[in-house]
Amino acid sequence: MKQITGNKLFVKALKEEGVEVLFGYPGATTIDISDELYKQNNIDIVLPRHEQALVHEADAYARTTGKVGVCLVTSGPGATNVVTGLATANYDSVPLVCFTGQVARYLIGNDAFQEVDIVGITRSITKYGVTVRRREDLGRIIKEAFYIARTGRPGPVLVDLPKDVMGELGSPEYPKTVNIRGYKPNTSVHIGQLKKAIKVLEKAKRPLFLAGGGVNISRAGEIFTQVVEKTQVPVVTTVMGRGAIPTDHPLFVGNLGMHGAYAANMAVSNCDVLFSIGTRFNDRITGKLHAFAPDAKIIHIDIDTASISRNIQVDIPIVADAKEAITKMAEYVTGQNTQKWLEQIQGWKEAHPLTMKDRKLMSPLDIIGEINRQFDEAILVTDVGQHQMLVAQYAELTPKKHLIMSGGLGTMGYGLPGAIGAKIGNPDVPVIAISGDGGMQMNIQEMATAVLEELPVILCIFNNEYLGMVRQWQKLFYGKRYSMTNLKAGALSRRTNGEEFPSEYVPDFVKLAESYGAKGIRVMNREEIAPAFEEAKKNTKAPTIIEFIIDPEEMVYPMIKPGGTLEDMIMDC
Amino acid sequence: MEKGMKKRWISLYVENQVGVLSKISGLFAGKSYNLDSLTVGTTEDPTVSRMTIATVSDDETFEQIKKQLNRMVEVIKVIDFTDIFIRMKEILYIKVKKCTPADKVELFQIAETFKARVIDYGKDSLLLEFVQTATKNDAVIKLIKEEFKTIEVVRGGSVGIESISMMER
Repeated sequence: MKQITGNKLFVKALKEEGVEVLFGYPGATTIDISDELYKQNNIDIVLPRHEQALVHEADAYARTTGKVGVCLVTSGPGATNVVTGLATANYDSVPLVCFTGQVARYLIGNDAFQEVDIVGITRSITKYGVTVRRREDLGRIIKEAFYIARTGRPGPVLVDLPKDVMGELGSPEYPKTVNIRGYKPNTSVHIGQLKKAIKVLEKAKRPLFLAGGGVNISRAGEIFTQVVEKTQVPVVTTVMGRGAIPTDHPLFVGNLGMHGAYAANMAVSNCDVLFSIGTRFNDRITGKLHAFAPDAKIIHIDIDTASISRNIQVDIPIVADAKEAITKMAEYVTGQNTQKWLEQIQGWKEAHPLTMKDRKLMSPLDIIGEINRQFDEAILVTDVGQHQMLVAQYAELTPKKHLIMSGGLGTMGYGLPGAIGAKIGNPDVPVIAISGDGGMQMNIQEMATAVLEELPVILCIFNNEYLGMVRQWQKLFYGKRYSMTNLKAGALSRRTNGEEFPSEYVPDFVKLAESYGAKGIRVMNREEIAPAFEEAKKNTKAPTIIEFIIDPEEMVYPMIKPGGTLEDMIMDC
Repeated sequence: MEKGMKKRWISLYVENQVGVLSKISGLFAGKSYNLDSLTVGTTEDPTVSRMTIATVSDDETFEQIKKQLNRMVEVIKVIDFTDIFIRMKEILYIKVKKCTPADKVELFQIAETFKARVIDYGKDSLLLEFVQTATKNDAVIKLIKEEFKTIEVVRGGSVGIESISMMER
């Protein structure tokens, strides 16, 4: 059999894995791989402008298509720049395979030019990481990387490729099967345990479903909705689980947690059985641990054993893939009489509905409301901060309207690259990013990628001139000392002791859009919102930035006091 | 020790590969788990290493440690030694320096009592070797520290294996 180089086998492996898009940034240690990719036409190469954004793009592509996102970066700084992206993907269980170049084996350990121990650096933020040390292992390792990334609880896998290994001749074979003795992910559900859980659910007077991101990752929303309707048990979701059931469904209560709906947090605090699926009971949803769902028996389905009984002691643990488990549940569940409990929840909803202060010119709610009205089908991508929580509260989601964001790590700068990745994976679906003025600037260089890839994404910037979420904490808990959060601050404000700020915001986002060859629209009041989106829809070959000038005083309510219980909600002030 | 905290042992089968040791120890460091001792060596199968890990933790943390180890790709098998019969020993060397002749006599007596071996001997120093449980080694170190000023201690960490017929630990 004719031997081939590692570089050639790499390209062959991607083809056999069905990879359609590779997000790559070149460098000295990967230049030979770039050269091989030049010679083929099966895989589209996207060239972002920064490796962090590159990983976010692959991540959003993976989240919105269900396929594995593939990254290729060079060694040294190329590799260290992927760290934030990998950690983001790891927290939100996103399947990625990230290939990093590495210096030749004889240079490893020499502090060679652009050498870093990237496997060591990313050990705690990847599902698995490995350096290919022998050419004969290359095919097997790539095969295993894809398998590990997409099975079990999905996650990012890093494969480090020393330049000389890739240049070496070896077998052209790419393995067909995988057998890793230490990794046998369990997906099937233990029926006995599931029946036991259903029995407990049926006996409950105040039962509640809690759906986490796992329900969305396993794409179990449809069957989950059927189970909910059959049982008549109401549902709360985490931010990552939002959309597991359509948000206009009568049995959907709201999101729970730090910025959850009043009724949702009250429902959790008062339920007697909490049937949770695909969540790790992150501190942002539980509030004070010992007071979380104090009266409830807790059932927990999760694919990751380590997520069960870590933060919250669980009464009935079930290790399974969410979709497998819910599909089995659909066979066994029965209708329950939850009328009284639903009325109680309705009472909470009416007592404190989700609402925002009416603003003279425009409130974020006007903007999100317009998105809800104008788009029947869409992928919404947020950045991190106040706007993210507002979208999580108010965005209407259906089986055709999805929401993605950096939930676990809370990575500012995810919005724009996230929209790019989502649009590349779903060219026919409208993609709308919603960012703050802070987060937008963290990966603003990706405007070039969006323009050159001809992606008509709609990029909404909620500009309040502040890092709003931190500012909110400063307003509520730090005596309104807005330290480090005013994005207009600089030399002038230092000279004048905070008395004066520049009158113009930097940058001018409309001009910035234009300089990239995108469209820029500034919206100052609510009458301009609908026309702005209409205008953006007409821009079908390039991105549109819509900058919404919103009130700097905007707050997100309700809010649980840090360290408080779910019932300790600040409703307004 | 805090409530519920106690010493526990895990035996771990792992892939004998570069970086696995650092991955395991990194897990303990990164998640703030106590790591009392860790020994590692290859097994009858050269592709597999076996570790004996001692940790001080409460029940919940220990459960979490086992789960976290289990989900690692390179970990082949996790055995909890807490409630099964095992044989477990630790090697301990103590070098006692600046000994008077009377000190040496006493050290020989200590060696006999504790079933240690005197394995090396100099003009004014002595080297003792103990192979016993880590707890007994703790006691010996404490004792010798009280009696002698200038000592040097090195210990290997416990190595354990499941018993065949012995119903003791």
